[in-house]
Amino acid sequence: MENLFTINNVWMMVSIFLVFIMHLGFATLESGLCRSKNTVNILFKNVMIVSIGLLTYTFVGFNLMYPGADYAGGFFGFSGFGLSLPENGLTEAYNPGYTYYTDFLFQAMFAATAATIVSGAVAERIKLNSFLIFSVIYVGLVYPIVGMWKWGGGFLAEMGFYDFAGSTLVHSVGGWAALIGVMLLGPRLGKYNGGTKAIEGHSIPMAVIGVMLLWMGWFGFNGGSVLSANPGTVSLVLVTTCIAAAAGSVGAFMTSYAIFKSYDITMALNGILAGLVGITAGADLMSVTDAILIGLIAGFIVVMGVILLDKLKLDDPVGAIAVHLMCGIWGTLAVGIFGSKAGLEQIKIQLIGIAVIGVFCVVCAFIILFAIKKTIGLRVSEKEEIEGLDMHEHGMSAYAGFGSNDD
Amino acid sequence: MKKIEAVIRKSKYSEIKKALKENGVTFYTYWDVTGIGHETQEHVYRGIVYDASDIQRRYLSIVVNDDFEKITIDTIMKVAQTGELGDGKIFVSDILQVYSIRTGEKGGETLRK
Repeated sequence: MENLFTINNVWMMVSIFLVFIMHLGFATLESGLCRSKNTVNILFKNVMIVSIGLLTYTFVGFNLMYPGADYAGGFFGFSGFGLSLPENGLTEAYNPGYTYYTDFLFQAMFAATAATIVSGAVAERIKLNSFLIFSVIYVGLVYPIVGMWKWGGGFLAEMGFYDFAGSTLVHSVGGWAALIGVMLLGPRLGKYNGGTKAIEGHSIPMAVIGVMLLWMGWFGFNGGSVLSANPGTVSLVLVTTCIAAAAGSVGAFMTSYAIFKSYDITMALNGILAGLVGITAGADLMSVTDAILIGLIAGFIVVMGVILLDKLKLDDPVGAIAVHLMCGIWGTLAVGIFGSKAGLEQIKIQLIGIAVIGVFCVVCAFIILFAIKKTIGLRVSEKEEIEGLDMHEHGMSAYAGFGSNDD
Repeated sequence: MKKIEAVIRKSKYSEIKKALKENGVTFYTYWDVTGIGHETQEHVYRGIVYDASDIQRRYLSIVVNDDFEKITIDTIMKVAQTGELGDGKIFVSDILQVYSIRTGEKGGETLRK
Protein backbone atom coordinates (compact mmCIF):
# COMPACT_ATOMS: atom_id res chain seq x y z
CA MET A 1 0.00 0.00 0.00
CA GLU A 2 2.94 2.28 0.67
CA ASN A 3 3.86 2.03 -3.05
CA LEU A 4 0.35 2.85 -4.19
CA PHE A 5 0.31 5.96 -2.00
CA THR A 6 3.60 7.09 -3.51
CA ILE A 7 2.36 6.45 -7.03
CA ASN A 8 -0.88 8.34 -6.38
CA ASN A 9 1.03 11.24 -4.90
CA VAL A 10 3.45 11.36 -7.84
CA TRP A 11 0.57 11.57 -10.32
CA MET A 12 -0.94 14.41 -8.31
CA MET A 13 2.37 16.28 -8.38
CA VAL A 14 2.67 15.73 -12.14
CA SER A 15 -0.82 17.23 -12.40
CA ILE A 16 0.39 20.24 -10.42
CA PHE A 17 3.12 20.85 -13.01
CA LEU A 18 0.58 20.53 -15.81
CA VAL A 19 -1.87 22.99 -14.24
CA PHE A 20 1.05 25.36 -13.66
CA ILE A 21 1.85 25.26 -17.38
CA MET A 22 -1.70 26.41 -18.11
CA HIS A 23 -0.73 29.82 -16.76
CA LEU A 24 1.91 30.10 -19.46
CA GLY A 25 -0.77 29.02 -21.91
CA PHE A 26 -3.10 31.81 -20.79
CA ALA A 27 -0.25 34.33 -20.90
CA THR A 28 0.76 33.53 -24.48
CA LEU A 29 -2.81 33.12 -25.75
CA GLU A 30 -3.97 36.44 -24.33
CA SER A 31 -0.95 38.42 -25.46
CA GLY A 32 -1.09 36.83 -28.91
CA LEU A 33 -4.71 37.88 -29.40
CA CYS A 34 -4.07 41.47 -28.30
CA ARG A 35 -2.04 44.25 -29.92
CA SER A 36 1.72 44.35 -29.51
CA LYS A 37 1.57 47.68 -27.66
CA ASN A 38 -0.08 45.93 -24.69
CA THR A 39 2.01 42.77 -24.54
CA VAL A 40 4.11 43.56 -21.48
CA ASN A 41 0.97 44.57 -19.59
CA ILE A 42 -0.83 41.30 -20.33
CA LEU A 43 2.22 39.20 -19.51
CA PHE A 44 2.75 41.15 -16.29
CA LYS A 45 -0.83 40.49 -15.20
CA ASN A 46 -0.58 36.78 -15.97
CA VAL A 47 2.70 36.39 -14.12
CA MET A 48 1.46 38.30 -11.09
CA ILE A 49 -1.78 36.34 -10.93
CA VAL A 50 0.11 33.10 -10.39
CA SER A 51 2.00 34.70 -7.53
CA ILE A 52 -1.09 36.36 -6.06
CA GLY A 53 -3.08 33.14 -6.36
CA LEU A 54 -0.43 31.07 -4.61
CA LEU A 55 0.06 33.56 -1.78
CA THR A 56 -3.60 34.30 -1.08
CA TYR A 57 -4.34 30.59 -1.21
CA THR A 58 -1.60 30.04 1.36
CA PHE A 59 -2.86 32.75 3.71
CA VAL A 60 -6.62 32.21 3.54
CA GLY A 61 -7.82 30.45 0.38
CA PHE A 62 -7.05 26.83 1.22
CA ASN A 63 -8.67 27.05 4.65
CA LEU A 64 -11.70 28.89 3.27
CA MET A 65 -12.23 26.32 0.54
CA TYR A 66 -11.53 23.21 2.63
CA PRO A 67 -12.45 24.23 6.19
CA GLY A 68 -13.06 20.62 7.26
CA ALA A 69 -15.94 18.37 8.20
CA ASP A 70 -17.22 20.77 10.88
CA TYR A 71 -18.66 22.99 8.15
CA ALA A 72 -20.22 20.21 6.03
CA GLY A 73 -23.36 21.35 4.22
CA GLY A 74 -22.70 25.02 5.04
CA PHE A 75 -22.25 28.27 3.12
CA PHE A 76 -19.07 29.44 4.74
CA GLY A 77 -16.24 27.96 6.74
CA PHE A 78 -12.77 28.96 7.79
CA SER A 79 -10.21 26.92 9.65
CA GLY A 80 -7.58 29.56 10.35
CA PHE A 81 -4.84 31.55 8.61
CA GLY A 82 -1.90 29.94 6.88
CA LEU A 83 -0.91 26.34 6.39
CA SER A 84 -0.48 23.99 9.31
CA LEU A 85 0.45 20.40 8.70
CA PRO A 86 -2.14 18.17 10.35
CA GLU A 87 -1.16 15.05 12.24
CA ASN A 88 -0.18 12.32 9.76
CA GLY A 89 -0.55 14.94 7.01
CA LEU A 90 2.27 13.41 5.00
CA THR A 91 1.02 9.82 5.13
CA GLU A 92 -1.87 7.98 3.56
CA ALA A 93 -3.81 8.51 6.77
CA TYR A 94 -4.45 12.06 5.44
CA ASN A 95 -5.73 10.77 2.10
CA PRO A 96 -4.84 7.63 0.10
CA GLY A 97 -4.25 9.83 -2.96
CA TYR A 98 -1.94 12.61 -1.76
CA THR A 99 -0.22 14.32 1.14
CA TYR A 100 -1.42 17.54 2.74
CA TYR A 101 1.16 19.57 0.86
CA THR A 102 0.29 18.01 -2.49
CA ASP A 103 -3.37 18.68 -1.76
CA PHE A 104 -2.63 22.32 -1.03
CA LEU A 105 -0.45 22.96 -4.06
CA PHE A 106 -2.80 21.27 -6.51
CA GLN A 107 -5.72 23.37 -5.28
CA ALA A 108 -3.59 26.53 -5.18
CA MET A 109 -2.61 26.11 -8.85
CA PHE A 110 -6.32 25.93 -9.68
CA ALA A 111 -7.18 29.06 -7.74
CA ALA A 112 -5.23 31.47 -9.90
CA THR A 113 -6.91 30.32 -13.13
CA ALA A 114 -10.14 32.06 -12.11
CA ALA A 115 -8.48 35.50 -12.26
CA THR A 116 -6.47 34.65 -15.36
CA ILE A 117 -9.75 34.19 -17.22
CA VAL A 118 -10.75 37.76 -16.31
CA SER A 119 -7.41 39.14 -17.44
CA GLY A 120 -8.00 38.31 -21.11
CA ALA A 121 -11.49 39.81 -21.26
CA VAL A 122 -10.50 43.16 -19.74
CA ALA A 123 -7.18 43.36 -21.59
CA GLU A 124 -5.85 46.47 -23.36
CA ARG A 125 -7.74 49.00 -21.20
CA ILE A 126 -7.82 48.08 -17.51
CA LYS A 127 -5.43 49.78 -15.07
CA LEU A 128 -2.77 47.42 -13.80
CA ASN A 129 -3.19 48.25 -10.11
CA SER A 130 -6.96 48.06 -10.29
CA PHE A 131 -6.74 44.64 -11.86
CA LEU A 132 -4.26 43.40 -9.27
CA ILE A 133 -6.42 44.62 -6.37
CA PHE A 134 -9.43 42.93 -7.92
CA SER A 135 -7.46 39.69 -8.35
CA VAL A 136 -6.32 39.60 -4.74
CA ILE A 137 -9.90 39.89 -3.46
CA TYR A 138 -11.51 37.66 -6.07
CA VAL A 139 -8.97 34.84 -5.91
CA GLY A 140 -8.35 35.24 -2.21
CA LEU A 141 -11.98 35.27 -1.06
CA VAL A 142 -14.67 34.79 -3.73
CA TYR A 143 -13.18 31.77 -5.49
CA PRO A 144 -12.53 29.70 -2.32
CA ILE A 145 -15.93 30.55 -0.78
CA VAL A 146 -17.68 29.30 -3.93
CA GLY A 147 -15.37 26.30 -4.12
CA MET A 148 -16.27 25.35 -0.56
CA TRP A 149 -19.94 25.03 -1.50
CA LYS A 150 -19.12 22.00 -3.65
CA TRP A 151 -15.57 20.74 -3.28
CA GLY A 152 -15.26 21.73 0.38
CA GLY A 153 -18.36 19.73 1.30
CA GLY A 154 -20.76 22.71 1.45
CA PHE A 155 -24.47 22.93 0.67
CA LEU A 156 -24.21 22.36 -3.08
CA ALA A 157 -22.28 19.13 -2.49
CA GLU A 158 -24.99 17.98 -0.10
CA MET A 159 -27.66 18.84 -2.66
CA GLY A 160 -26.04 16.58 -5.26
CA PHE A 161 -24.64 19.29 -7.54
CA TYR A 162 -21.90 17.80 -9.71
CA ASP A 163 -18.88 19.61 -11.09
CA PHE A 164 -15.96 17.23 -11.52
CA ALA A 165 -13.10 19.64 -12.23
CA GLY A 166 -14.70 23.05 -12.35
CA SER A 167 -16.75 23.99 -15.44
CA THR A 168 -18.67 26.19 -13.03
CA LEU A 169 -16.47 26.33 -9.94
CA VAL A 170 -13.44 27.58 -11.85
CA HIS A 171 -14.43 28.62 -15.37
CA SER A 172 -17.80 30.24 -14.79
CA VAL A 173 -16.54 31.88 -11.61
CA GLY A 174 -13.89 33.56 -13.74
CA GLY A 175 -16.31 34.07 -16.62
CA TRP A 176 -18.92 35.94 -14.55
CA ALA A 177 -16.28 38.36 -13.29
CA ALA A 178 -15.02 38.78 -16.86
CA LEU A 179 -18.54 39.72 -17.96
CA ILE A 180 -18.98 42.27 -15.17
CA GLY A 181 -15.50 43.65 -15.84
CA VAL A 182 -16.24 44.13 -19.54
CA MET A 183 -19.58 45.83 -18.77
CA LEU A 184 -18.07 48.26 -16.25
CA LEU A 185 -15.03 49.02 -18.40
CA GLY A 186 -16.68 49.51 -21.76
CA PRO A 187 -15.20 48.52 -25.10
CA ARG A 188 -11.70 49.34 -26.33
CA LEU A 189 -11.52 52.72 -28.09
CA GLY A 190 -12.87 52.56 -31.61
CA LYS A 191 -14.23 49.04 -31.30
CA TYR A 192 -17.88 49.94 -31.90
CA ASN A 193 -17.68 53.38 -33.49
CA GLY A 194 -19.97 52.97 -36.46
CA GLY A 195 -20.10 49.22 -36.94
CA THR A 196 -17.78 46.71 -35.37
CA LYS A 197 -14.07 47.05 -35.95
CA ALA A 198 -11.81 44.01 -36.19
CA ILE A 199 -8.89 44.63 -33.83
CA GLU A 200 -6.52 41.89 -34.84
CA GLY A 201 -4.25 40.03 -32.44
CA HIS A 202 -0.58 40.67 -33.07
CA SER A 203 0.78 37.12 -32.88
CA ILE A 204 -1.21 34.14 -34.04
CA PRO A 205 1.75 31.76 -33.46
CA MET A 206 1.82 32.84 -29.80
CA ALA A 207 -1.94 32.24 -29.51
CA VAL A 208 -1.48 28.74 -30.95
CA ILE A 209 1.31 27.98 -28.49
CA GLY A 210 -0.95 29.17 -25.69
CA VAL A 211 -3.90 27.00 -26.63
CA MET A 212 -1.74 23.92 -27.17
CA LEU A 213 -0.14 24.47 -23.75
CA LEU A 214 -3.60 24.84 -22.21
CA TRP A 215 -4.71 21.62 -23.88
CA MET A 216 -1.69 19.83 -22.44
CA GLY A 217 -2.24 21.42 -19.04
CA TRP A 218 -5.82 20.20 -19.03
CA PHE A 219 -4.55 16.60 -18.72
CA GLY A 220 -3.51 17.66 -15.23
CA PHE A 221 -6.50 19.92 -14.61
CA ASN A 222 -8.99 17.11 -15.28
CA GLY A 223 -6.70 14.11 -14.81
CA GLY A 224 -5.52 15.39 -11.44
CA SER A 225 -9.10 16.06 -10.35
CA VAL A 226 -9.50 12.29 -10.03
CA LEU A 227 -7.43 12.96 -6.87
CA SER A 228 -5.52 9.69 -7.24
CA ALA A 229 -3.76 7.72 -9.96
CA ASN A 230 -6.69 5.32 -10.27
CA PRO A 231 -5.85 3.78 -13.66
CA GLY A 232 -9.41 3.33 -14.90
CA THR A 233 -10.76 6.76 -14.00
CA VAL A 234 -7.65 8.73 -14.95
CA SER A 235 -7.39 7.11 -18.37
CA LEU A 236 -11.11 7.64 -19.04
CA VAL A 237 -10.85 11.27 -17.98
CA LEU A 238 -7.85 11.88 -20.25
CA VAL A 239 -9.72 10.34 -23.18
CA THR A 240 -12.94 12.33 -22.67
CA THR A 241 -10.91 15.51 -22.13
CA CYS A 242 -8.87 15.06 -25.28
CA ILE A 243 -11.81 13.98 -27.45
CA ALA A 244 -13.94 16.91 -26.31
CA ALA A 245 -11.14 19.34 -27.15
CA ALA A 246 -10.80 17.82 -30.62
CA ALA A 247 -14.56 17.92 -31.18
CA GLY A 248 -14.66 21.50 -29.89
CA SER A 249 -12.18 22.73 -32.46
CA VAL A 250 -14.01 20.92 -35.26
CA GLY A 251 -17.36 22.27 -34.05
CA ALA A 252 -16.07 25.83 -33.90
CA PHE A 253 -14.26 25.62 -37.21
CA MET A 254 -17.33 24.23 -38.99
CA THR A 255 -19.64 26.79 -37.40
CA SER A 256 -17.44 29.73 -38.30
CA TYR A 257 -16.90 28.36 -41.81
CA ALA A 258 -20.63 27.87 -42.31
CA ILE A 259 -21.32 31.49 -41.32
CA PHE A 260 -18.32 33.40 -42.65
CA LYS A 261 -16.78 31.08 -45.26
CA SER A 262 -13.40 31.69 -43.71
CA TYR A 263 -10.86 29.51 -41.92
CA ASP A 264 -10.43 31.68 -38.82
CA ILE A 265 -7.83 29.99 -36.65
CA THR A 266 -8.71 32.07 -33.60
CA MET A 267 -12.18 30.50 -33.67
CA ALA A 268 -10.71 26.99 -33.95
CA LEU A 269 -8.47 27.83 -30.98
CA ASN A 270 -11.43 29.09 -28.96
CA GLY A 271 -13.20 25.86 -29.98
CA ILE A 272 -10.48 23.71 -28.40
CA LEU A 273 -10.85 25.60 -25.14
CA ALA A 274 -14.64 25.48 -25.42
CA GLY A 275 -14.54 21.68 -25.68
CA LEU A 276 -12.16 21.49 -22.73
CA VAL A 277 -14.27 23.76 -20.53
CA GLY A 278 -17.39 21.88 -21.62
CA ILE A 279 -16.12 18.43 -20.65
CA THR A 280 -14.60 19.56 -17.36
CA ALA A 281 -17.77 19.22 -15.26
CA GLY A 282 -18.41 15.64 -16.26
CA ALA A 283 -15.10 14.31 -17.55
CA ASP A 284 -15.34 11.17 -15.39
CA LEU A 285 -19.00 10.45 -16.23
CA MET A 286 -19.01 10.57 -20.00
CA SER A 287 -18.57 7.99 -22.73
CA VAL A 288 -16.47 8.79 -25.78
CA THR A 289 -19.63 9.54 -27.78
CA ASP A 290 -20.88 11.89 -25.05
CA ALA A 291 -17.53 13.67 -25.07
CA ILE A 292 -17.70 14.18 -28.84
CA LEU A 293 -21.21 15.63 -28.61
CA ILE A 294 -20.36 17.89 -25.67
CA GLY A 295 -17.29 19.15 -27.53
CA LEU A 296 -19.08 19.75 -30.82
CA ILE A 297 -21.88 21.68 -29.13
CA ALA A 298 -19.35 23.67 -27.08
CA GLY A 299 -17.58 24.57 -30.33
CA PHE A 300 -20.87 25.82 -31.76
CA ILE A 301 -21.70 27.76 -28.60
CA VAL A 302 -18.36 29.54 -28.48
CA VAL A 303 -18.61 30.91 -32.02
CA MET A 304 -22.21 32.04 -31.53
CA GLY A 305 -21.17 33.51 -28.19
CA VAL A 306 -18.40 35.60 -29.73
CA ILE A 307 -20.84 36.92 -32.35
CA LEU A 308 -23.53 37.60 -29.73
CA LEU A 309 -21.15 39.52 -27.45
CA ASP A 310 -20.13 41.76 -30.35
CA LYS A 311 -23.82 42.37 -31.12
CA LEU A 312 -24.31 43.42 -27.49
CA LYS A 313 -21.23 45.66 -27.78
CA LEU A 314 -19.43 43.73 -25.07
CA ASP A 315 -15.78 43.84 -26.08
CA ASP A 316 -13.88 40.69 -25.11
CA PRO A 317 -10.59 40.67 -27.05
CA VAL A 318 -9.81 36.99 -26.48
CA GLY A 319 -13.27 35.40 -26.25
CA ALA A 320 -12.93 34.56 -22.55
CA ILE A 321 -16.62 35.08 -21.77
CA ALA A 322 -17.77 32.85 -24.62
CA VAL A 323 -15.24 30.16 -23.69
CA HIS A 324 -15.29 30.13 -19.92
CA LEU A 325 -18.72 31.46 -18.96
CA MET A 326 -20.95 30.17 -21.74
CA CYS A 327 -19.21 26.82 -22.20
CA GLY A 328 -18.78 26.51 -18.43
CA ILE A 329 -22.54 26.74 -18.07
CA TRP A 330 -22.99 24.33 -20.97
CA GLY A 331 -20.58 21.78 -19.46
CA THR A 332 -22.29 21.96 -16.07
CA LEU A 333 -25.70 21.42 -17.68
CA ALA A 334 -24.30 18.61 -19.82
CA VAL A 335 -23.82 16.54 -16.64
CA GLY A 336 -27.61 16.30 -16.47
CA ILE A 337 -28.00 15.60 -20.18
CA PHE A 338 -25.25 13.11 -21.02
CA GLY A 339 -23.40 10.35 -19.17
CA SER A 340 -24.08 8.31 -16.08
CA LYS A 341 -25.81 11.04 -14.04
CA ALA A 342 -28.18 12.20 -16.79
CA GLY A 343 -31.75 12.89 -15.72
CA LEU A 344 -34.27 15.66 -15.14
CA GLU A 345 -33.63 15.81 -11.41
CA GLN A 346 -29.90 16.26 -12.04
CA ILE A 347 -30.55 19.00 -14.64
CA LYS A 348 -32.59 20.84 -12.02
CA ILE A 349 -29.82 20.55 -9.43
CA GLN A 350 -27.21 21.64 -11.98
CA LEU A 351 -29.33 24.68 -12.87
CA ILE A 352 -29.66 25.64 -9.21
CA GLY A 353 -25.89 25.37 -8.78
CA ILE A 354 -25.23 27.47 -11.89
CA ALA A 355 -27.73 30.13 -10.77
CA VAL A 356 -26.62 30.35 -7.13
CA ILE A 357 -22.95 30.60 -8.06
CA GLY A 358 -23.78 32.99 -10.90
CA VAL A 359 -25.65 35.40 -8.64
CA PHE A 360 -22.96 35.30 -5.96
CA CYS A 361 -20.12 35.88 -8.45
CA VAL A 362 -21.94 38.67 -10.27
CA VAL A 363 -22.73 40.48 -7.02
CA CYS A 364 -19.20 40.08 -5.62
CA ALA A 365 -17.49 41.02 -8.88
CA PHE A 366 -19.75 44.04 -9.26
CA ILE A 367 -19.13 45.29 -5.70
CA ILE A 368 -15.35 44.90 -6.01
CA LEU A 369 -15.05 46.37 -9.49
CA PHE A 370 -17.56 49.16 -8.89
CA ALA A 371 -15.76 50.19 -5.70
CA ILE A 372 -12.46 50.28 -7.60
CA LYS A 373 -14.08 52.28 -10.41
CA LYS A 374 -15.39 54.89 -7.96
CA THR A 375 -12.10 55.22 -6.05
CA ILE A 376 -8.87 54.69 -7.97
CA GLY A 377 -10.58 54.13 -11.33
CA LEU A 378 -10.78 51.08 -13.53
CA ARG A 379 -9.68 52.31 -16.91
CA VAL A 380 -6.49 53.87 -18.22
CA SER A 381 -6.66 57.31 -19.86
CA GLU A 382 -7.47 57.69 -23.54
CA LYS A 383 -3.90 58.74 -24.29
CA GLU A 384 -2.47 55.69 -22.52
CA GLU A 385 -4.85 53.37 -24.31
CA ILE A 386 -3.98 54.77 -27.73
CA GLU A 387 -0.23 54.79 -27.17
CA GLY A 388 -0.26 51.44 -25.43
CA LEU A 389 -0.26 50.26 -21.84
CA ASP A 390 3.29 48.98 -22.19
CA MET A 391 4.81 52.43 -22.58
CA HIS A 392 2.66 54.12 -19.93
CA GLU A 393 2.12 51.52 -17.20
CA HIS A 394 5.48 49.80 -17.58
CA GLY A 395 7.73 52.14 -19.53
CA MET A 396 8.98 49.34 -21.71
CA SER A 397 8.26 47.57 -24.95
CA ALA A 398 7.79 43.84 -25.46
CA TYR A 399 9.72 43.89 -28.72
CA ALA A 400 12.33 46.62 -28.29
CA GLY A 401 14.42 46.81 -31.43
CA PHE A 402 12.48 44.02 -33.11
CA GLY A 403 12.19 44.52 -36.85
CA SER A 404 14.49 47.52 -37.03
CA ASN A 405 17.92 47.53 -38.60
CA ASP A 406 19.54 49.70 -35.92
CA ASP A 407 23.04 48.80 -34.82
CA MET B 1 19.67 61.28 -65.08
CA LYS B 2 16.29 59.90 -64.15
CA LYS B 3 14.76 58.42 -61.04
CA ILE B 4 12.39 55.58 -61.83
CA GLU B 5 10.14 54.58 -58.96
CA ALA B 6 7.87 51.59 -59.18
CA VAL B 7 5.23 50.10 -56.89
CA ILE B 8 5.06 46.41 -57.68
CA ARG B 9 3.60 43.17 -56.37
CA LYS B 10 5.95 41.47 -53.90
CA SER B 11 5.42 38.22 -55.76
CA LYS B 12 6.93 39.80 -58.90
CA TYR B 13 10.05 41.15 -57.20
CA SER B 14 12.49 38.29 -57.79
CA GLU B 15 11.56 38.10 -61.48
CA ILE B 16 12.06 41.86 -61.85
CA LYS B 17 15.36 41.77 -60.02
CA LYS B 18 16.63 39.09 -62.41
CA ALA B 19 15.37 40.90 -65.52
CA LEU B 20 16.89 44.24 -64.42
CA LYS B 21 20.22 42.57 -63.79
CA GLU B 22 20.19 40.98 -67.25
CA ASN B 23 19.63 44.44 -68.73
CA GLY B 24 22.47 46.02 -66.81
CA VAL B 25 20.51 47.73 -64.03
CA THR B 26 22.40 46.57 -60.97
CA PHE B 27 22.13 49.52 -58.58
CA TYR B 28 18.90 50.44 -56.83
CA THR B 29 17.05 50.57 -53.50
CA TYR B 30 13.77 48.96 -52.49
CA TRP B 31 11.54 48.71 -49.45
CA ASP B 32 8.23 47.20 -48.41
CA VAL B 33 5.28 49.54 -48.27
CA THR B 34 1.58 49.57 -47.44
CA GLY B 35 -0.77 51.64 -49.52
CA ILE B 36 -4.32 52.28 -50.52
CA GLY B 37 -5.39 51.41 -54.02
CA HIS B 38 -8.27 50.32 -56.18
CA GLU B 39 -7.96 46.71 -55.08
CA THR B 40 -9.96 45.67 -51.98
CA GLN B 41 -10.02 42.40 -50.12
CA GLU B 42 -12.63 41.13 -47.67
CA HIS B 43 -11.26 39.63 -44.46
CA VAL B 44 -12.92 37.99 -41.47
CA TYR B 45 -11.48 38.19 -37.97
CA ARG B 46 -13.35 36.56 -35.10
CA GLY B 47 -16.69 36.90 -36.79
CA ILE B 48 -16.20 40.49 -37.96
CA VAL B 49 -16.16 41.00 -41.71
CA TYR B 50 -14.12 43.99 -42.78
CA ASP B 51 -12.68 45.56 -45.89
CA ALA B 52 -8.92 45.44 -46.05
CA SER B 53 -8.00 48.13 -48.53
CA ASP B 54 -4.51 48.49 -47.05
CA ILE B 55 -2.37 46.58 -49.50
CA GLN B 56 1.20 45.35 -49.17
CA ARG B 57 3.53 46.16 -52.05
CA ARG B 58 7.24 46.62 -52.78
CA TYR B 59 8.64 50.01 -53.76
CA LEU B 60 11.67 50.27 -56.06
CA SER B 61 13.71 53.43 -56.41
CA ILE B 62 16.16 53.28 -59.34
CA VAL B 63 18.40 56.13 -60.47
CA VAL B 64 19.79 55.63 -64.00
CA ASN B 65 21.46 57.57 -66.78
CA ASP B 66 19.13 58.73 -69.53
CA ASP B 67 20.20 55.96 -71.90
CA PHE B 68 18.92 53.39 -69.39
CA GLU B 69 15.54 55.02 -68.84
CA LYS B 70 13.63 53.16 -71.54
CA ILE B 71 15.05 49.71 -70.91
CA THR B 72 14.40 49.99 -67.17
CA ILE B 73 10.79 51.04 -67.64
CA ASP B 74 10.19 48.44 -70.35
CA THR B 75 11.65 45.68 -68.20
CA ILE B 76 9.51 46.49 -65.17
CA MET B 77 6.42 46.96 -67.32
CA LYS B 78 6.90 43.64 -69.07
CA VAL B 79 7.60 41.54 -65.99
CA ALA B 80 5.28 43.19 -63.45
CA GLN B 81 2.19 43.13 -65.64
CA THR B 82 -0.48 40.52 -64.93
CA GLY B 83 -3.47 42.48 -66.24
CA GLU B 84 -5.26 42.19 -62.87
CA LEU B 85 -6.23 45.19 -60.75
CA GLY B 86 -3.31 46.12 -58.48
CA ASP B 87 -0.31 45.68 -60.80
CA GLY B 88 1.13 48.99 -59.59
CA LYS B 89 2.56 52.23 -60.98
CA ILE B 90 5.81 53.60 -62.37
CA PHE B 91 6.91 57.20 -61.70
CA VAL B 92 9.71 58.96 -63.56
CA SER B 93 11.44 62.16 -62.44
CA ASP B 94 14.61 64.15 -63.15
CA ILE B 95 17.66 63.84 -60.93
CA LEU B 96 19.87 66.95 -60.57
CA GLN B 97 23.10 65.43 -59.37
CA VAL B 98 24.67 62.19 -58.16
CA TYR B 99 27.68 61.90 -55.86
CA SER B 100 29.71 58.83 -54.99
CA ILE B 101 30.41 58.86 -51.29
CA ARG B 102 33.50 56.64 -51.61
CA THR B 103 35.36 58.61 -54.26
CA GLY B 104 33.78 62.04 -53.92
CA GLU B 105 33.16 62.13 -57.71
CA LYS B 106 29.92 63.44 -59.14
CA GLY B 107 27.86 62.94 -62.29
CA GLY B 108 26.21 60.13 -64.21
CA GLU B 109 29.42 58.17 -64.61
CA THR B 110 29.28 57.27 -60.92
CA LEU B 111 26.18 55.20 -61.70
CA ARG B 112 28.19 52.95 -64.00
CA LYS B 113 30.55 50.31 -62.68
